[in-house]
Amino acid sequence: MAREKTTYRMVNENPCNMCMPMGGILPFKGIEESMVIIHGSQGCSTYMRRHIAEHYNEPIDVGSSSLNEKGTVYGGAQNLFQALDNIRKVYRPRLIGILTSCLAETIGEDVEGIARYYLKQRGLEGISLVAVSTPGYGGTHSEGYWLAVKKIVAGLAETTGKHGGINVIVPNLSPADIREIKRILNLMGVRYTLVPDISDTLDRPIARPYTKIPPGGTSIESVRRMPGAAATIQFGVTVEEKLSPGHYLQSEFGVPLYNLPVPMGVEATDRLVDLLAQLSGNSAPQILNMERGRLLDCMVDSHKYNALGSGALFGDPELVYAVARTCAENGLYPAVVATGSGNAILEELLGPILADSPQQARYLNEADFTQIREACRETGVNIAIGHSDGKYLTEREGIPLVRIGFPIHDRVGGQRLLSVGYTGTTMFLDRVTNTILEHKHRNYRAAMYRKFYRKTGIEECPHEKYCAKEVR
Amino acid sequence: MIKMAGAVKNENLILERESSILIKGRQRKSRLKCDTDSIAGCVSQRACVYCGARVVLNPVTDAIHLVHGPIGCASYTWDIRGSLSSGSELYRNSFSTDLKENDIIFGSEKKLAGAIDELVQKYRAELVFVYATCVVGVIGDDLEAVCKAASKKHGIKVIPVQSSGFIGNKSAGYRAACDALLRLIEPPGGAKRHTKKINYLGDFNLAGEAWIITGYLRQIGVEINVVFTGDSNYHNLQKAPEASLNIIQCAGSMSYLARRMEELYGIPSLQVSFLGLEDTSASLRNIAAFFNDARMMNLAEELIERETGAFRPQIERYREKLEGKKAAVYVGGGFKAISLIKQFREIGIDVVMVGTQTGREEEYRILHDLADDGTVILDDANPSELERFMIEKGAHLLVGGVKERPLAYKLGMAFIDHNHDRKHPLSGYVGAVNFAREVYSTVCSPVWKYAREI
Repeated sequence: MAREKTTYRMVNENPCNMCMPMGGILPFKGIEESMVIIHGSQGCSTYMRRHIAEHYNEPIDVGSSSLNEKGTVYGGAQNLFQALDNIRKVYRPRLIGILTSCLAETIGEDVEGIARYYLKQRGLEGISLVAVSTPGYGGTHSEGYWLAVKKIVAGLAETTGKHGGINVIVPNLSPADIREIKRILNLMGVRYTLVPDISDTLDRPIARPYTKIPPGGTSIESVRRMPGAAATIQFGVTVEEKLSPGHYLQSEFGVPLYNLPVPMGVEATDRLVDLLAQLSGNSAPQILNMERGRLLDCMVDSHKYNALGSGALFGDPELVYAVARTCAENGLYPAVVATGSGNAILEELLGPILADSPQQARYLNEADFTQIREACRETGVNIAIGHSDGKYLTEREGIPLVRIGFPIHDRVGGQRLLSVGYTGTTMFLDRVTNTILEHKHRNYRAAMYRKFYRKTGIEECPHEKYCAKEVR
Repeated sequence: MIKMAGAVKNENLILERESSILIKGRQRKSRLKCDTDSIAGCVSQRACVYCGARVVLNPVTDAIHLVHGPIGCASYTWDIRGSLSSGSELYRNSFSTDLKENDIIFGSEKKLAGAIDELVQKYRAELVFVYATCVVGVIGDDLEAVCKAASKKHGIKVIPVQSSGFIGNKSAGYRAACDALLRLIEPPGGAKRHTKKINYLGDFNLAGEAWIITGYLRQIGVEINVVFTGDSNYHNLQKAPEASLNIIQCAGSMSYLARRMEELYGIPSLQVSFLGLEDTSASLRNIAAFFNDARMMNLAEELIERETGAFRPQIERYREKLEGKKAAVYVGGGFKAISLIKQFREIGIDVVMVGTQTGREEEYRILHDLADDGTVILDDANPSELERFMIEKGAHLLVGGVKERPLAYKLGMAFIDHNHDRKHPLSGYVGAVNFAREVYSTVCSPVWKYAREI
């Protein structure tokens, strides 16, 4: 892999990532009866709410301690107290996550200390506060996500007796993906605690009466009991150990950790199914075998089309890795792989899976979209796969974009995109292949005309306006 | 102050919020607490100072918009607005100094200077806005000095925008943006005053709205000098002092700028609104009256007759379908809320709840006068208040922004996108029809047959 030279960069031109507290909100939305507060100025929570709401098309309520000048100078404990009081009054949550912003961290707020003092001072029982230090300058939303999951687990975990269940820890996938993973777990007959479970809370059916906190999410009790599990399966191979909830459960409570790639593509899904078979003693049911067979059939049907693709993949490291594996399995070798995070593990992992690639892929760490665009232009990328912030690749470079991941702001249904498991991979592959086909069909007449007809020396085609429409 | 208990159930209402909510006709007082900081934990729908500043300045098309701070603020504001440009597309990029931990500890002035150098060299811009974010206000970077040095070095305008999030609310951001614009406007030094040229303040050219209005004005013999800030650029903004009148649409963001321009350049101002048939016609008449020009007045009447003649029948058809429905309004500024009440009346709809993020006292007074008895009026509302009052008042639809949309839908209510993201114009006569059509398409959609009866 050719790695771009990374020097200290003065400016980011069109970001490929969001900030740490944004990532921290999402896991709290996957815990039952929980709310979350950003300790900072009013804008942080509002911008993030807007960003999340536009992706999921769901109401996203996030509190703010609304720090003003006074709070910034004299400390924001009073603001945070007031925020906690008001959130409790209106939402009656059993868990409140407190995420810090740049501002709170810069003025040196001890949020864990304030949270402990609040519980004591108000004499509260039956409510948990989980503080997470997520300064916007400390990492991207990906790191914020994993740190928040770890803090939720660490904050709630209790020493319990062995119960034989399995912990399943997931990265930021779509609610549809989470539902599919749960379906596979159920088909394999395992008892599990999946954290965080946004499958219902961020893809909520129309139902009456409306509740301020969406029903669903991982129950607080089951998170408490995670230390008693027989094993943890974590889809987090790109996650640093210090941010990894699975490693935490292993080192603190001795729960064996199986760190797997996101079950996307044949190999990665096989690994999950095999592991579940091994842990449960059950063999895969016929229905899963049939789905696997259909995926293989889809791969064979599409392989020649996919071979036409030269891909640019970008987004969260964990998802980028899963997509890269899936593309490589299908002969759609990525030319550009990029993430906004600073992630050293991803690059190492990509090495072996891209070993058979006919061209060397470019890896961009801590990338912005100006770099990604340049790399796409230079390598002749013809299909991009990632979140909707890659829209300029289409608008300005004419490269079609297959949307996956977070955020998807210019299309509906980001929450319903299914891409994991045998069935999800099949659907993902069809989306990719059809994008390649659509692009080819739209362009090949004009391309062939320009490439060959003009060289024949015959007069210009009289129907040029039909067959040689300018295309990129 | 309102006794909420007497009017409505009070379970979830936050006490500190009581003085920001009133029900018309239920209490003697008509004053509402507004333009204050949001209360912690209320889940306010407001954003911050930076947001206010960015909204106002972002439509300046040929400027480099550089956010000085950690990445989030630039990330959440990249190309999220529907402002259109007839020229440069530079404004559709979001640049950030992307501050990291070490920059916070050791200071970030050098990084900022380097970022400006890099961008100016690459994009050859003559204008840079540098937005301060929260941390910049705390770590004490001397933004003024860095911008001044960069201006000198490159021979261009590098203007700092004092928009640290914690120094106030969204209105403070409007003001910071207006201050930045004032620094851009050249002193009149002999600038020739054009008698029929006017500045149009507070239109951000969403889906070409400023172009629509420019077209109307041209037809009555008025030239737009510059729009603040839709489809504006460095050079035409600088010519602002040449105008003989400022017309203001979005008063919340622009009345401060208008007042300053009157003080500095002696340009009078006129409040207008191009939302709805009635307001559009009245605004055109007022502009013609300002110039006291008989020919212009005649042209205005002709235009009004022609356009209303063309569009009123369509609106009437929608009105027949919509008569008697009830609307809730929750928007950014007071001017929009006032216009919307009138515009809804044009299509037979009563407003039963109206609120804004940044409305001012005089705007709430007008809203209070305009509203029907029993209408809930509220400032800086939150989802739980919106939910409660929309349900209690039996609203059929909500007008709001991206965050409010899913709430309305989940409650089984229709929704109108009246925000900066939209891709269709709502201004002028053509916008009035678009509005009526949008209301019809959401209120009368067949999906509610299924989604409400569950």
